[in-house]
Amino acid sequence: MKNRDREKFPNVLNGIPVIDLESQKFLKVWQGPQHPGVTGNISLEVTLSGDEVVDLKTHVGYLHRGFEKLMERRKYLQCFTIVCRICVPEPDTNEYVFAAATEELAGITIPEKAKWLRTLVLEMARLASFLMWIGGQAGALGMGTIAQWTVAQRDYILDLFEELTGARVYHMYMVPGGVRGDIPDGFIEHVEKVMKGVEKVLYDVEIALLNNAIFKMRAKGLGYISKAMVDEYGIVGPNARAAGLARDIRKDSPYLIYDQLDFNVITGTHSDALERTFVRFREMLQCVSLIRQVINKMPRNGAYYTHIPNPLHWKIPAGETYVRAEASRGEYGYYMVSDGTEYPRRVQVRGPSYTHAIAVLEKLAIGTNLADLAGLMVSLHTCPPEIER
Amino acid sequence: MKLKDWIAPFYVWKRAFEKPFTVPKPLKERPGSPRYRGFHQNDLDTCIGCGTCSSICQNHAIDMVPVDGIETHKGDSGLRPRIDYGRCCWCALCVDICPTTSLSMSNEYVWIDTDADVFRFIPGSEKKPWDSFKKGYKREEEYQLVDPRRIEMEMLPPEERVKSFLEMVKGYSREQAQKEADRCIQCGICTATCPAHMDIPGYIKAVRENKIEDGLKLMYETNPMPAMCGRVCTHQCEEDCALAHTGDAISIRWLKRYLADQVELDDYSKAMPVDILSNGKQIAIIGAGPGGLSAAYYLRLLGYEITIYEANDKGGGMTRYGIPEYRLPYDQLDKDIEYILSLGVEIKYNTRVGKDISFQEIHKESDAVLISIGLMLPYKMEIPGEDLPGNISGLEVLDKITRGEKVHFEEKVAVIGGGNVAMDSARTARTFGADVTVLYRRRIEDMPADEEEIIDAQQEKVTFITQAIPLRIEQAEDKRLSFIYGLAEMVDQGEGKRPKPVLIEGKEFSIVVDMVISAIGQGADFSFLPMEYEKLFSRKNQLKIDEFFRTRDSKIFASGDIANQTKDAISAIADGHRAARSIDHFLKNL
Ligand SMILES: Cc1cc2nc3c(=O)[nH]c(=O)nc-3n(C[C@H](O)[C@H](O)[C@H](O)COP(=O)(O)OP(=O)(O)OC[C@H]3O[C@@H](n4cnc5c(N)ncnc54)[C@H](O)[C@@H]3O)c2cc1C
Ligand code: SF4
Ligand code: SF4
Repeated sequence: MKNRDREKFPNVLNGIPVIDLESQKFLKVWQGPQHPGVTGNISLEVTLSGDEVVDLKTHVGYLHRGFEKLMERRKYLQCFTIVCRICVPEPDTNEYVFAAATEELAGITIPEKAKWLRTLVLEMARLASFLMWIGGQAGALGMGTIAQWTVAQRDYILDLFEELTGARVYHMYMVPGGVRGDIPDGFIEHVEKVMKGVEKVLYDVEIALLNNAIFKMRAKGLGYISKAMVDEYGIVGPNARAAGLARDIRKDSPYLIYDQLDFNVITGTHSDALERTFVRFREMLQCVSLIRQVINKMPRNGAYYTHIPNPLHWKIPAGETYVRAEASRGEYGYYMVSDGTEYPRRVQVRGPSYTHAIAVLEKLAIGTNLADLAGLMVSLHTCPPEIER
Repeated sequence: MKLKDWIAPFYVWKRAFEKPFTVPKPLKERPGSPRYRGFHQNDLDTCIGCGTCSSICQNHAIDMVPVDGIETHKGDSGLRPRIDYGRCCWCALCVDICPTTSLSMSNEYVWIDTDADVFRFIPGSEKKPWDSFKKGYKREEEYQLVDPRRIEMEMLPPEERVKSFLEMVKGYSREQAQKEADRCIQCGICTATCPAHMDIPGYIKAVRENKIEDGLKLMYETNPMPAMCGRVCTHQCEEDCALAHTGDAISIRWLKRYLADQVELDDYSKAMPVDILSNGKQIAIIGAGPGGLSAAYYLRLLGYEITIYEANDKGGGMTRYGIPEYRLPYDQLDKDIEYILSLGVEIKYNTRVGKDISFQEIHKESDAVLISIGLMLPYKMEIPGEDLPGNISGLEVLDKITRGEKVHFEEKVAVIGGGNVAMDSARTARTFGADVTVLYRRRIEDMPADEEEIIDAQQEKVTFITQAIPLRIEQAEDKRLSFIYGLAEMVDQGEGKRPKPVLIEGKEFSIVVDMVISAIGQGADFSFLPMEYEKLFSRKNQLKIDEFFRTRDSKIFASGDIANQTKDAISAIADGHRAARSIDHFLKNL
């Protein structure tokens, strides 16, 4: 920020900017709570000077469904059916961390095949989530067509989910104890067919978006995250990796069968919206590769479910744990406390959007052009439902 | 910025010529995948209305409602699930837990109506297009929320069993009992079936949570002889257990035994503190079998002064003098009885009413009399040769063994009958080393004896000859007996009725044995009642009693085997309890 620009900014009194709208120097604009590129609702209270953002406040509260509280009055298996709702575009991470935390507290080991099936679902979910995101990212910077292509591909992945789990969006597949069903006949071929389609579209996206002068010019330098900010703000996932930090839960503390899969942590250097797009784009290709690896290496026989105690009165010994996984947006974790009763004492959901969409966005927005604000928000891959559980 | 970045994007114009992703109008419906969690289906004939689907639904989307054409009957509550699609989230946990697998989902997902109320419906009852759909979510065989297999009870091996009268069932350890109790889905179908309507889910919960004393207390609310019933009850509840539809029933009987076994008799009073205020009214009970003892217990709790007259020198009736010790050790029966006595119930042993004391005297001195004399007189086969030496009744054999008297089982024994008395006699004879053959009029599957008893007898190498009709008994050489029987043909008697064995004329078989034990049933001995009480009978040896267990004499009540059709210990206990309540009711309202 150049010094001469400071005069556009409000005066700061006791750390709080004083916005004197009467002075006619500032304009207040509300963006949202509906945003075409973002799943769920969040409102941005933008203060502008001209078309430059001088202050930003995020407002949440449009989506509060009280899941964490609901779970305190639900038996463990009943919670399994509601955790997926915490995040619409990528429900499976919730299912996984909930099941894994429950299993850990209850001392249950799941069969080998369940681990592979869970990994398959998690990678399919990451891919579906990225496909949705890239549509939003392109759209927010003026290219609505990309979303038409990628969201259609996501739909084909939803078809796969429907085939495997019985539902398109809320899969409810990773039940504590394993998964709810084996791979259906013909599923592997369908996966391969969809992966081919995804690759083809990604090739087009690469040409149309990643090699697009306008997109590049608008995304370059937008929302720069310094390395120092990463730890200071608790930034995770592609947002941190684009800043050059090789952090990925799948590598750093491998869960399920990630240690048996061949992949590298994808990082970038420039740490702006463009770099984050590149990183996520390569992660999509990585998802495709991982999905292929899983279906090729997966054991064909064996159990996919192990008995849990009768779920109607399943009591889990007192204890606490934090279980995390790498969602498309980064580290996603559940802190779960059991008190020896049939109900979890506390389930705290840690979704990456809490920091990314509130603290980080509020900081990065300052100084951007109003027209780029949506692109910036999407480049952080915000998902409001996981902020409000 | 490279030149490519300006030109490359135009490459994708080729897409203008590709097939669009969007589906053109008119919209064609795509069927849901074969595993799709669509609209519910319920096979109403398989469903038993256990309500487990409703208990697991975290959205409270299911309530259980009566349905036209479905009656409440044994093993079926008569209710069926009604699902509210304003609440349902299609998680299918209801399908997963349904113990009968009647509930499933179709792959249909389009249902349009302008009336919002129709979306609360009873699957299977209100006809829907998807009722017959084969595709849709069904619970996979391997994925079962409740373990379908019971914890096997450890038993003495058959070779050991035939050597002694040691109790053959070993009982559950705490870990085993809790694991078995964990399987219970607490639907309560069993409670309805149990003649005493014991709170079975309640005491199973006590086992699960290791609240032994609570469990004991709960059992005593409806059954004051749990140590005995926990061993020999006919466990009709297990037949109707919801889990028995696709797996093993919960071992309800063994869990009851487990609870009773955990508490020493000395600690009973601590577990069940009672404060009895005597009301000064006198009740006489004839017979200290389960029926009499049960009535005594509940009447005593209500403050009555109880005297039981018992012909034998010990209590328990047929459960002591009939059931062999390997099934029911005497000390366990003593435990149940002693607790009842500890509340101030008096038993006059060795006092046969009609002989040692007159019925009139008892009748005069008491405010009410309860007759619970059981069935002590063995029926005769009514065939020639029945009085030859070497003939004995099953009841007499078992009675003698209980009393410690000698019974000389020679080498080869024939037991006639297919009930529990026959099985107990046969197995007892095996214990003394005899070679035993059971002859029964009908087929194995028609035998009234408990299935387990039959299996145990088979394991202990008892031979079975079925469809054998006794014709006569002849003296054979060396003081042996020749038992002559004919073959029966099973004639169908229409739906719901047992087929009838009809003798095939002309064919005779014989088996030469040293002893014939007949166990074809028994009747009551009412000879103690003076002539003036003739009016109490509806027909020969059959007391006329009303729904309150009261006879035609308003002061005389009856319970136990003489008052019910099932003729087992738990029914006697249940009658005893009900008769006690009636007596209390009538005396209070005099
Ligand atoms: C061999 C055998 C095996 C059985 N196995 C089982 C089993 O496994 N499970 C099960 O549930 N049931 C079983 N039963 C049935 C069960 O024992 C009876 O249903 C139950 O004992 C009936 O109880 P009650 O009180 O009606 O009479 P009883 O138990 O028959 O008791 C009647 C009592 O009255 C006394 N009495 C009779 N007349 C007089 C009199 N005039 N004066 C004083 N006292 C008198 C008798 O001495 C006796 O003690 C079995 C029965 C037999 C015979
Ligand atoms: S769980 Fe199954 S058997 Fe029980 S009421 Fe529901 S549908 Fe019927
Ligand atoms: S599918 Fe789930 S929400 Fe719907 S009725 Fe069944 S248990 Fe309840």
